[in-house]
Amino acid sequence: MPQVGDLRAKMSSLLEALNKWLCGPITVMEVCGTHTVSIFRSGIRTMLPKDVRLLSGPGCPVCVTDQAEVDAMVSLAKKPGVVLATYGDMVRVPGSCGSLAEARSCGAEVAVVGSAIQALALAESMQDKEVVFAGIGFETTAPATAVLLREARRKNVKNLSVLSLHKLVPPVLRLLASDPTLVIDGFLLPGHVSTIIGTAPYAFLAEEYGKACAVAGFEPLDIMAGIVEIARQICGGRPAVRCLYGRVVRHEGNVKAQELLGEVFRPASVRWRGIGVVEASGLVLADDYSDFDAYSRFGITLEEVNPPAGCRCGDVLAGRIAPLECPLFGGSCTPQFPVGPCMVSSEGSCSAYYKYSSKGVSPWGA
Amino acid sequence: MAVPHKVVEIMDENRALVSTGGVELEVRTDLIEGLQVGDVVLVHAGFVIEKYNQDEGEELESLWEEVMQFASGR
Ligand code: SF4
Ligand code: SF4
Repeated sequence: MPQVGDLRAKMSSLLEALNKWLCGPITVMEVCGTHTVSIFRSGIRTMLPKDVRLLSGPGCPVCVTDQAEVDAMVSLAKKPGVVLATYGDMVRVPGSCGSLAEARSCGAEVAVVGSAIQALALAESMQDKEVVFAGIGFETTAPATAVLLREARRKNVKNLSVLSLHKLVPPVLRLLASDPTLVIDGFLLPGHVSTIIGTAPYAFLAEEYGKACAVAGFEPLDIMAGIVEIARQICGGRPAVRCLYGRVVRHEGNVKAQELLGEVFRPASVRWRGIGVVEASGLVLADDYSDFDAYSRFGITLEEVNPPAGCRCGDVLAGRIAPLECPLFGGSCTPQFPVGPCMVSSEGSCSAYYKYSSKGVSPWGA
Repeated sequence: MAVPHKVVEIMDENRALVSTGGVELEVRTDLIEGLQVGDVVLVHAGFVIEKYNQDEGEELESLWEEVMQFASGR
């Protein structure tokens, strides 16, 4: 751990280098919600030269969960005899007919778990109930769901199923990188997703789309180093995928976790909130595990539903607008009474902006 | 979120006790091979997803070198 003085000196060296290497205005998307929050908390936006524009991306698992997926969770929770288990942040996200929290106050059984594996203990302790685990999250949490399924199979647990809503990061980055209406010069890549998948799956961003990329950790120095590296790649005309989080990210990633994902899931085209269907960007259960599939067990299909009137979450997630540009921001949509998921999740862009930028901190770092 | 945890006890094949800031926590170790007491690990949603390396990693080191060279050579 660096000392405080050391930290300050390092930060100012990084800023100096950034100012020297920067050759013009650049736009960098921080893909991961934890980066967004850390950038606000550390005041990085206010330190950056005004030519560096930061955009928040689709990296909060709760925010990208489609309205139809929320509706499916709520309708499952309302079924008699069903206990719906999922991670905490999901519970307050409003669906077309209310949130899981509201369903719970009307008698639906909703269990909050901190780890996928807890759903197994739940199923074992409630033999007369059907426990459905709604698996949310990217490559980081999907391996935990895979372990849950493998263990349920081994223990021959029959009253457990999984509603897989897991999503994959590289396919949505391809969509954003290839969209000519979006101006993104570089990506600050998510640290923990990269722990699992390694750095190779991002190579196309630099090779095919010429985007500068850095995998970064979550400390302020890590993030600033990532931005400096991206600026240098852009201005040097040498886009690449550079890993600055060698503490926990290996180039090949976590191979054991990858194997598990391959055993339990297969990729499928799924809908992202406000972004639409993205090819091969979701994980559904592999045929070998189809007996645990909540979609078939409960006859669930996901139909397209309209987002709440006025909500611009999709445009926020794609970096088309900043949260402050949504007409509902801070008015009818606040963390206390959220309209869209970006305002619910602690990692959501709108809630981060609400929390930090209302205090006079410009979201564009000016 | 990204806080390192130290392994204090290997409970069985798939579980370990880790501690951070004096708080102990039971975690699953299914995703990692050959974990030992004393290892520093990254925990995500109740699972150990990786072991920490001792160093920062070559690429960050080399970026630092360049930044520092530039800062001292002004
Ligand atoms: S799971 Fe990890 S990498 Fe993904 S958004 Fe959350 S903190 Fe970032
Ligand atoms: S302010 Fe609310 S309604 Fe607008 S984009 Fe954000 S979450 Fe959606």
